[in-house]
Amino acid sequence: MGWIDARFPLSSMWNEHLAQYYAPKNFNFWYYFGSLALLVLVMQIITGIWLTMNYKPDAGLAFNSVEYIMRDVNWGWLIRYMHSTGASFFFIVVYLHMFRGLIYGSYRKPRELIWIFGMIIYLALMAEAFMGYLLPWGQMSYWGAQVIINLFGAIPWVGEHIAIWIRGDYVVADATLNRFFAFHVIAVPIVLLMLVVLHILALHEVGSNNPDGIEIKKNKNANGNPKDGIPFHPYYTVKDIVGVIVFLIFFSLVVFFAPEMGGYFLEANNFIPADQLKTPEHIAQLWYFTPFYAMLRAVPSIAGSAFPGVLTMFLAILVMFFMPWLDRGVVKSIRYRGNLYKSAVVLFVISFFILGWLGMEPPSTVKTLIAQVCTVIYFAFFLLMPVYTKMDKTKPVPDRVT
Amino acid sequence: MMMKNYIIAVFLLLAPALAHAVAEGIHLDKANIDPNNRQSQQRGARLFVNYCLSCHSADLMRYERIGTDLGINEKMLKENLIFTGGKPGDLMTVATAPADAKEWFGTVPPDLSVIARSRGVDWLYTYMRSFYLDDSKLTGVNNLVFPDVGMPDVLWELQGWQKPVITTVKDEDGTERKVVSLELVKPGLLTPKEYDRAIRDLVNFLEYMGEPYKYERQHLGVRVIMFLLVLLVLAILMKKSFWKDVH
Repeated sequence: MGWIDARFPLSSMWNEHLAQYYAPKNFNFWYYFGSLALLVLVMQIITGIWLTMNYKPDAGLAFNSVEYIMRDVNWGWLIRYMHSTGASFFFIVVYLHMFRGLIYGSYRKPRELIWIFGMIIYLALMAEAFMGYLLPWGQMSYWGAQVIINLFGAIPWVGEHIAIWIRGDYVVADATLNRFFAFHVIAVPIVLLMLVVLHILALHEVGSNNPDGIEIKKNKNANGNPKDGIPFHPYYTVKDIVGVIVFLIFFSLVVFFAPEMGGYFLEANNFIPADQLKTPEHIAQLWYFTPFYAMLRAVPSIAGSAFPGVLTMFLAILVMFFMPWLDRGVVKSIRYRGNLYKSAVVLFVISFFILGWLGMEPPSTVKTLIAQVCTVIYFAFFLLMPVYTKMDKTKPVPDRVT
Repeated sequence: MMMKNYIIAVFLLLAPALAHAVAEGIHLDKANIDPNNRQSQQRGARLFVNYCLSCHSADLMRYERIGTDLGINEKMLKENLIFTGGKPGDLMTVATAPADAKEWFGTVPPDLSVIARSRGVDWLYTYMRSFYLDDSKLTGVNNLVFPDVGMPDVLWELQGWQKPVITTVKDEDGTERKVVSLELVKPGLLTPKEYDRAIRDLVNFLEYMGEPYKYERQHLGVRVIMFLLVLLVLAILMKKSFWKDVH
């Protein structure tokens, strides 16, 4: 050990990030999702490596190679279902993780960079999921990708050129499949892993927030350790193992008993090989994109251009980056905020769920109207945040965690 | 269901209004297959290779896999299922060239390996029982579930011929809807009950073929979850003992 430590900071790294990283002792249910996101990331990478061993990124072979994995490769069906289910669970876990940050004010000073790295991870994850979904080369893969890439075509003047540049062809074709494969298996995962390292390094620099939104480093004992902190290892490693097993139970229920998840995780239409001459009647997007997709459709087009909708969709994600500066509240955690903030969060969550549902439905006049109302609520939550967080009546925050 | 149901129109030989009534959405009958019934799947496999496999391929599937999963030995497999002179390890392809098929049917018959996963068993079950006589079509038949389908009524010998009957149904709120049902006008070799059973067997086989590992998957799932539950108890005990000194 001494031999290694003289040459590589193994012991000090172990201590800094695990054995002597002091985390608040009052972490609750919401604090499982960070470690679970890491678990899913590792699982996606490992199952992904095994899938690439038999998958063929070729428009003529891709569809059949996936079914070959499902039938002729030993345990191929398990690896494939773990990967496809893992994609959806990744978003479930990440959305819950982000919601935790939202309600306990984990994005607030001094944790702005953690939030921003996290948001970039979220963006990279969307790109990763989107490109991965093209690879099975079914009808929904094909037409879902076609619709999303055409969004870029809505950008004035340069749009069409950008769309062709992304596809490498005038329609989604073999060239698109090949480049999406390259991005999905190597380019985006490398970026994701780097961002996760940055996210965790930034977290360990300032220390974790907690459900009370109190800085535990302000109260230290004689040894210089936070009085309300406990070493991450072994306390939170053993606690997170419980979380991991509970997660795996839910994950297994889907993998083994409902891998299609009623068409939300694997769509029926995706068992029909991609056909560029047959447009499906209803092109459904993946459930984790649907809130933004509903916003896109809710905004009316101007002069025949869907650009305003596309812009709205991108702004909806961009606005989240500014959360640390939009929030003017004197307290961090929802526990000590007033009714104004609490109602804003409730409205925001409800409208986000409704948008998610509407994004899966075929549009109608009434549904578009509801989507418009929800889009306004979504943006109001962020844009009015400086006002309502400042006006809000907050409760006094205790000195020590509860 | 409070629904008044009375017949007003009976037979229609040529019905342009029919396609209209059909397009409003057809009720799918429940297939009620029993995925654990190996004999039903074996009978379905036999129907499949006799009637479907001459035009439709299932080229993601190997004969051998069927033999292993449905308990059919190699000799039986060769005698009853493999008519191409192929080997058990071969994929279930068709000899018909796609270009010829397109000329005959107007479209290439789709591969059926994963058809149960894209269409669903109820759709398939209803579709195979919904062919009716229609002189305006080249094949002489049309289908309620899939209007203007290019496929001829391959199983007419077994089922016989059906003709459409239009019924007007009155809903609770008094609005009238037209409902199309089919009536057997020329019986086939099988009675309607036997035919339904045969189609149920066929759909059961298609469902099996859509995902051959489905039942192994569910079987394994039970054991994985039982293992995780035991592990969970141990993990909770471990967490509790480590956290004793945290107050």
